[in-house]
Amino acid sequence: MDIVESLDSLMTDWLIIAGTILAAVSGVPGLWDDRKGTPGATSGERTATVLLVVGALCGIAGAALAIARPSAGIDLGWPVPGGRFAIHVDGISALFVVQIFLISALGSVYGLGYWKQSEHPRDGRKLRLFYGLITAGMTLLVCARNTMLFMAGWEIMALAAFLSLSAQDDQRPVREVGYVYMVATRLATLCLIAMFAVLSVATGSFDFAASRPITPGAGTAILILAIAGFGLKAGIMPMHVWLPGAHANAPSHVSALMSGVLIKMGIYGLVRVFSLFPHPPLWWGQLVLLFGGVSGVLGVAFAISQHDFKRLLAYHSVENIGIICMGLGVALLGRSLGNSALVALGLSGALLHVWNHGLFKGLLFLSAGSVLHATHTREIDELGGLAKRMPWTALGFLVGAVAICGLPPLNGFISELLVYLGLFRSAALPQGTLWLTGALGAPALALIGALALACFVKVHGAMFLGEPRSERTAGAAESSRFILVPMAVLAGLCFVVGLLPWVVAPILDRAVLAWAPELAGSGLRLMVLAPLSWVSLLGGLLLVALLLGVALVRRNLRQKPAEKVGTWDCGYVAPGPTMQYSSSSFAQTLVGLFSWALRPKVSKPDTRGLFPHPEAFTSNVADVVLDSILIPAAELGSRAVRWFRWVQRGSMQAYLLYILLTLLVLFFWR
Amino acid sequence: MNKIHFTIHAALLLAMPLLLLGIIGKTKAAFAGRVGPPVLQPYLDVIKLLRKGSVFSRTTTWVFKAGPVVGLVTALFAAALVPLGGHLAPISFEGDLVLFAYLLGLGRFFTVAAALDTGSAFEGMGGAREVTFSCLTEPALFFGLIVLTRLSGSLSLSTMIGPGLGEAWRHGGASLVLVGFSLFIVLLTESCRIPVDDPNTHLELTMIHEVMVLDHGGPALGLIEYASALKLFVLGSIVVRIAIPYSGNPWASWGVFAGGMILLAVLIGVVESTMARLRMAQVPIFLLAACLLSALGIVLVAR
Repeated sequence: MDIVESLDSLMTDWLIIAGTILAAVSGVPGLWDDRKGTPGATSGERTATVLLVVGALCGIAGAALAIARPSAGIDLGWPVPGGRFAIHVDGISALFVVQIFLISALGSVYGLGYWKQSEHPRDGRKLRLFYGLITAGMTLLVCARNTMLFMAGWEIMALAAFLSLSAQDDQRPVREVGYVYMVATRLATLCLIAMFAVLSVATGSFDFAASRPITPGAGTAILILAIAGFGLKAGIMPMHVWLPGAHANAPSHVSALMSGVLIKMGIYGLVRVFSLFPHPPLWWGQLVLLFGGVSGVLGVAFAISQHDFKRLLAYHSVENIGIICMGLGVALLGRSLGNSALVALGLSGALLHVWNHGLFKGLLFLSAGSVLHATHTREIDELGGLAKRMPWTALGFLVGAVAICGLPPLNGFISELLVYLGLFRSAALPQGTLWLTGALGAPALALIGALALACFVKVHGAMFLGEPRSERTAGAAESSRFILVPMAVLAGLCFVVGLLPWVVAPILDRAVLAWAPELAGSGLRLMVLAPLSWVSLLGGLLLVALLLGVALVRRNLRQKPAEKVGTWDCGYVAPGPTMQYSSSSFAQTLVGLFSWALRPKVSKPDTRGLFPHPEAFTSNVADVVLDSILIPAAELGSRAVRWFRWVQRGSMQAYLLYILLTLLVLFFWR
Repeated sequence: MNKIHFTIHAALLLAMPLLLLGIIGKTKAAFAGRVGPPVLQPYLDVIKLLRKGSVFSRTTTWVFKAGPVVGLVTALFAAALVPLGGHLAPISFEGDLVLFAYLLGLGRFFTVAAALDTGSAFEGMGGAREVTFSCLTEPALFFGLIVLTRLSGSLSLSTMIGPGLGEAWRHGGASLVLVGFSLFIVLLTESCRIPVDDPNTHLELTMIHEVMVLDHGGPALGLIEYASALKLFVLGSIVVRIAIPYSGNPWASWGVFAGGMILLAVLIGVVESTMARLRMAQVPIFLLAACLLSALGIVLVAR
């Protein structure tokens, strides 16, 4: 029995390592493909997908084993100073591993239909290579127990993501967003290296383990650097600047992987680092909650004002990262107070929302890609009426939209419910003024939910309902099976998590214990803390009632067939597609309410006289932080340090020399 | 014993919502010096609509047909979560308040989606207003719920506005007044009443709720009418309970509750008869006031 068990736990790690290696090399055979591709899929395209899917199955199997029983861990030497090749898959890592492999494999299948070699001779091959590398890098970093190994995985992920999102680097906007992403990810790395340096001094090792208590001063430094470094990757407002452009311009399955999974690596980092602090100061939780609330509200406010549907989805990632941070803040508050219910609810809510956001945002980006593939436009106001032309894509987007608004009976509701319960419970705390944090957090979350609903009703309506607003939309046709099947899987999973939340509860319990081992004795379980069985039951009943209602309506319509006419529209004789309410007009009042933050550039028509000329109304919202603060500041800064520019030689030899000199100086200084 | 109360709960849900509409109509007629339609007219209207045939626009898809069904089903589920007159709701658990709010959200999503499905400018405008204003009513509702949670120590509607509410009035009366008033404004907004909306829609491009359902007719319109009356009833029952926290004899409390609901309908009628409707641009400011009132309620409960 013992042998079987130890074999089992060894299997766990090796399965995940095998999956990682398969993912990393998945794009390699395709490099020898013919650049022009073939009408069907080339052997390289098929091999890449098969390797990635097989790797994903291995990885998910390994993670499933790790959830059942924590892995034994692997600890090999690694000739990097301070580094060890230490891998261990605990409850938190397993959760992230499942998500990485799931979205990545589905995106790879999607790529077969979406990014064919024959349609993208220039960049198809390299994209597949880098796509696999992002997956491998992320798996490595979530399983790493050594900060050096973590940074290695982090850098593989960050650089491969840069190369993927700038796959079409012959286009100017792509190069620009690629540059912004590059600067952001370099800054993040800088902060993280500083943070890990402080951490290693404080704990005495380069491992993720608090072998001795961390002093408050070092703790504060770690908190600030972690929020800056991981926040840059996760896209916490105001460090989200790279995110909208990058998600909008990357190929859609890469957007799905980046938005659904990659930005969560920032969340993983925060969760992992916070787990080292058994008694964080109270203000940590409040600060993280504040960041979460601001990201949530402003993220969705910016989303509403967008005209580009992929940019809109990108801002929703900022919003959802905000919701996740709110959960994390509640968990930190709970840990400071020694209130295990808050820890369990907050962290479970945050981690489940990580999963859920991967599912529904993956689904939304894949649906958006399907629309983009069929219509070749990202302008919401050029679309319309696609539900008749692309019924399955429309259904997929609708499921994703309902889920992201946190509405029952889908998965978004479950995680938001957990965060709400945490906030309400903290609002009922007796302590001094602490309860006000939760008392303000819950209405903020309600505001986020209502705004998200407004935004997704708008974008779904404008894209799929009504009449087409342009020629290319009118001629759109449904996408291929390769595109639709991954969407169907994600939509199905949104229902599974939403209707059967008790399936994921034990997984979350294990992750909570891995985060806060002191809860082991408390015996608190998510099923007891949250009304998951009620929600599951009512969700099922709701679905049955809805289907029953629709069936009744259909029966009624069979008995009394409906008359088909044009839209009544208060009796207009010839309503045309341009008379439809556009997405910009739909959002106008809300954009007005948030104009203090959004700073929209509005040009209002000036119509005078009896026969005014045709005029157009336009309203554009640029990213305030990037375009009004950072870029001017960066220009100012680069002018100030112009005298120092001679160090930038642009030649490899010079930089190698700098590294050598720095090391020598450090060596002697020590 | 609970079974009997649940049956009364269900019976009230079926019988009372449309009656409230009738009473509001009668009150408004009295103020205008008319006789007005009979109190039971809304029932006759709905029955008539349910018997009619349907007319659909060629632009619409299945979303248009599903909208009214989702609206009604979600309102019914939400109604099963709300305690009436301090009695235990048929479904109650810790955290049901979130489900309550989000069920109404699901209904709103599909109502607005169905409106956009017609491709009509009017209905798009109504949908935009509906979701915009709900961004202000939703936080107001949650501020109110926080106050009730804080006073009752519970996360279940049946306890929050249950038998303990009378006790809560003794130490949190000031907050409850503010919350009750704020929820009354939420109620007026959600059920398309003056001063936010006008159910008779005398233009301002036909306003919010009525314009969203311009293209619905026949049975679908019947479902919508009943669902919106149900929403009025459900939100109204919370306001009435906060205003009249009577809990003595369980049978008497049903009577007090029903009486309270009728009084509420009269009050809405009075408000609609004596107030002018706000200009659309003023509505957000009005709703912001509702939000701030219940936020003030939180500050007062802090002490």
